[in-house]
Parts: sequence; structure tokens; C-alpha cells
Amino acid sequence: MIKIEKLHKSYPIGKDSLHVLKGLDLHIKEGEFVSIMGSSGSGKSTLLNIVGLLDGHDEGNYYLNGQLIENLDEKKAAILRNKFLGFVFQSFNLITYKTAIENVALPLYYQGMGRKERQEKAMKYLEKVGLKDRADHLPSELSGGEKQRVAVARALATNPKVVLADEPTGALDSATSDSVMKLLKDINREGMTVFVITHEEDIAEQTDRIVRLKDGVIISDEKVNKKVNA
Amino acid sequence: MFDLDRWREIFQTLSKNKLRTALSGFTISFAILLFTLLFGVGNGLKHTFEEQFAKDAINSVYIRAGRTTKPYKGLQSGRRIQFTNDDSKFMNEKFHDEIEFFSPNIERNNVQAIYKGEQNRYTVRGVYPDYQPLESAVVQDGRFLTYLDLERRAKVIAIGRLVEEDLFGQLSAIGKNITLDGISYKVVGVFNDPGGDNDERFIYTPFTTYQGIYKPNNEVDRFGLTFNPNLSIAKALKFSNLLTKMLKEKHDVDPRDQSAIRVFNYAERTKNTKILMVGLNVIILFIGIGTLIAGIIGISNIMVYIVKERTKELGIRKALGATPKSIVGMIMMESIFVTALAGYIGLLVGVLSLKILGKSLEEYGILNPSVETSVVVGATIVLIIAGTIAGYIPAKRAARIKPIVALNDE
Repeated sequence: MIKIEKLHKSYPIGKDSLHVLKGLDLHIKEGEFVSIMGSSGSGKSTLLNIVGLLDGHDEGNYYLNGQLIENLDEKKAAILRNKFLGFVFQSFNLITYKTAIENVALPLYYQGMGRKERQEKAMKYLEKVGLKDRADHLPSELSGGEKQRVAVARALATNPKVVLADEPTGALDSATSDSVMKLLKDINREGMTVFVITHEEDIAEQTDRIVRLKDGVIISDEKVNKKVNA
Repeated sequence: MFDLDRWREIFQTLSKNKLRTALSGFTISFAILLFTLLFGVGNGLKHTFEEQFAKDAINSVYIRAGRTTKPYKGLQSGRRIQFTNDDSKFMNEKFHDEIEFFSPNIERNNVQAIYKGEQNRYTVRGVYPDYQPLESAVVQDGRFLTYLDLERRAKVIAIGRLVEEDLFGQLSAIGKNITLDGISYKVVGVFNDPGGDNDERFIYTPFTTYQGIYKPNNEVDRFGLTFNPNLSIAKALKFSNLLTKMLKEKHDVDPRDQSAIRVFNYAERTKNTKILMVGLNVIILFIGIGTLIAGIIGISNIMVYIVKERTKELGIRKALGATPKSIVGMIMMESIFVTALAGYIGLLVGVLSLKILGKSLEEYGILNPSVETSVVVGATIVLIIAGTIAGYIPAKRAARIKPIVALNDE
């Protein structure tokens, strides 16, 4: 689903440039539940931005759904994002003046879907995240956990190939964190590829595969041994 | 292309961000309102000037005689100059092309007019039929004097509207006989005159009739004429200067003598007023353009601020699959919609206030303050275009920002 070969990325800082990603190789197959672990500055956010087509890369190859990503202009990137990717951000990034259901329906609007169909679909996904009764609330009227679940519903609305979650629990307390992680697990169980970025060990451990990143290189890539519930 | 969904999105954004919408709308409304008011008041001043002009034909020249103040060619100063019929002939021969209407004039003041029991005193003038356009008199009843009256030395008169009112009350004066200083004249016409009450209390009678009765030696009191309206102001002034010079020569008056023969050319006044009007127009234009520029700067600033404020929202939209084109389109459509609506409101308020205030401004010398619709609509369109450009530049920039940068914008 996601295939990265020798990926390099640096950011200009004044006259110098900061080499953030130093030749990453990563292959994520369809239906995987992967987390990228790393402290701040390890390059994990940069990696997510490149994978999420929010930012370009300097060197190396990136295949999304088998398609080589190159010479991407803004328009093509927007269409690919809309079609293949769903985003969940640490700070939720809901549009403040839109209700929960309108936020969920927004990516469908950009797909050109009709209004009625959008509403139905958005409601279906809100129901899936357990917020059907909060559909007409503004983000300011929702709790952090609820906001993040709206964001998950929005990420799912277009039925993407991959859900990218950037520190999805970073702004949540541990109880709500668990509920959001459970939601992501459920989605994954239904076959969705889920790609989580986190610096929290216990969050990473809830995924199936942990890729550890340090100073722009992958230092480990291992399957998680599921603890058997007694 | 009308895209209902797109408009729905725009209406939602506008109505959910009322302060922002009101702020940008207010700038535009206010600019257009100011523009309309200033232009309206400026036009009102212009109308006042124009009305002042309507009192008499603007191409009139009046010629009077007085006493000499300088000795000349062996003649003493203090000599009285008297025009005669010969001067009429002289002028008409010399300036055939320059003169449009011409009338000699005999004027007698304080003439007692009697009709049945009513009586009053008026100024009576013996004139040619040409005198009517000179005074801008408008016949309201009957007719003015004719050349036939002149030929027959008919004892007929045309009276001002107020003379009829004074002597006849509600009745019509036409066909009635009025006695002027003991001689009976038949009223053939009633006129009104935009010059006002004074001009509507004149009585006109054929020049020949009056000269025959009161001026046995063909004397003429003064002359009135209008110059050919095709003449430029400069040419008209040149004409009256030449006329003055030739009349002075004819009557042996020192060319530098200012009081023996006095020629008053309205072109002189026209010239001054025209300069004033041009000045006024420049000021109005300056104020108008200034207001528009202020409006343009205002809307540009607000657009920059709005786009800046929305950077994060635009980033979210982009992450969700909005293309740069759709972002730019959205911002522009919002901006055009707000500017057009607000401009229209400003226009309506401005035009309405001019209508309401119009009457009360008259006493301050501002007559019928109004604006040509095309001017205000033009100004509104200018602001809409400015708003569009002002929205386009930051929108384009915002659409180009990488979504990741926009998302991190707090």
C-alpha cells in the first residue's frame, strides 16, 4: 500500500539545511496497523507529511497504492489525498464553525458528492464512531475525545485506502486515548490500513507493528507480540 | 455556472463568520455611501450654479450709455452720450455674423398701470420681439410681441405673470386693456421668467410704439443682444471688446473712458463661473477618487486579514482534498458576493439619504443633490473589482501554502 525507497528530506534553515530523513526504506502492506515511534525531532512527523502528500520529498521513491508519486502538483496531490488518504491530527483540525456532521461531510463535498448523499454518509460514519446524537453540535460543544472521533469519522468518510493519524491521542487523557485507539483498532480490523505516529510507548504497543525512528533513520521495525489476555 | 452546493458553502461561511462579513461589508458600504453623498452634494452645488445661469440667456450682452469722464478730441468730460436708432443700424451692419438676437430698449420706471379699480406701478420696456429670448421669458398665455406689432406701432403689451396676478387676480388678462400713464394698451400675452419675481413684474411693448410716444428724436436707452452661441468664450469677449471700441469711436469717446459706454458681456461671467465649475468638478472628482481609494485600501486590508485568519481552515480543506483552484474560487466568490451586496446597500442608503436630505439642503445652496446611477454603479463595480483583486492575491498565496504549513498555523 505504501512503499518508500531511500527517502530523503531536508529543510532549509537559513543558509544551512537540516537533513531530517536520511534514506528511509519502509513497506506497509494493505490492512496493516503500523505505528511510527520516535522522540521529537526524529523525523516522524516529516515522514507522515510526505506519506500524507502534505509535503514533498527530495530524493527516493514513494509509491502510494502502487502509484509512483512524483512531479506532484497541488491539484493532483489534493485529488490523491481526497481519494486515498484520511487524516487524523493531534489538534483535531475540525472547522470551528461547522457542525460535527458538516465536518465529516466536507471531504465528500470536495469529491463532488450530492448534498443528500453526503449527509447520509456522514451520518453513517458518525454513528460508527458513536456520535450520532452529537451530529449537530459545533466542535466547541464537544469534548476532546468526541472531537477526535469526529475527526476519525471524517477521515473514514471518503473510504480511503490509508488512515494517517498524527499523535491522535496527544491531546487526550488516557481514558479517552484508549477509546480512540480502540476505534482505530476496530477500523483496522475491518481491513483499513492505519498508520499511527506517536511518541508514547503504550499507544504504539496497541498497534501490530512498530517502526522506531531516530535522527532520520529507522533503528528498528518489529511486529508486536500481542499480550494474551488472561 | 451556478453551483448550488458551492453557494450553500459560501453562505454558510459568511453567516457563521458574521463579524468578518460585517467588517468587510461595512467598509464597502461606507465607501460607496460616502462616495454617493459627496458626489450628490457636489452635483447639488453644480445644479445651483446652473440655475443661476438660467435667469438670462448666458450669451447676453448689454450696452448702456452714460457720461464721459475724460475729455477727448476737444470735447469736454461730463458729456452725456445718447444712443439712437442709428447705433442699432450700425451694430447690426458691422456685426451681422456675431449677433444672434438684438433689441434696442427704452425703459421707463414707475409707470402707473390701471385696470378697472386696480392699479400699481411697473417698469415698462419698449423692445423688439428678440427681447424674449434675451430675458429667457416663457410665454404662458397668448403671445409675445411680433414684428407686425412693431411695424404698426400697435399699442399692445406682454405682461409678466405677477402683473396679471396683481391687476386681474384669478382672471385672464388676455384681450383686456390696461392704461399705462394715461394711454391704453391691449394685453396680448402673459409670460413667466425664470429670473424671479422682479423679472415677472415687467411690461413689454413694441419698441416703435414706445419710441414714438416718448422719444421724439429716435433716442434709445440701451441695447441688449445675444452673441452667436457658436462663438467660443474668447471670441465672444473679443467681439464685445471690438464692439465697445467701435461705439466709442463713433461717439467720440476716449478709448480709456470706462463710463461713457458700458458693455456688459455675460461671457465674462460665464468665463469666471466656468473656471469655478471646472474647479468644483476637479474637487468632486478628487474627493470621489479619494473615497474610492480609501475603500479599495480598506477592502484589501480586510481581505489580507481574512485570508490570514483562515489559513488553518484552508489548510484543513486542502488536507481533505480541496484543490488550490477551489480554494481561490471560494474566497473570490465570497469576496465578490460581499462587496456586491454591501456596495448595493451603500448605494441604496446613499441615494435614499440624498432624497431625504435633498429638500433641507436647498437653503445651503445645494440644489437637487443627486448622482447619476451610472456613476455610482461604476464606483461599485470598481470596488468589486478591487475587492476581487484584493481577495485574489492573498487567496492565491494561501492556496499555494503547503497544507502542512497552513495546518501548523495557529
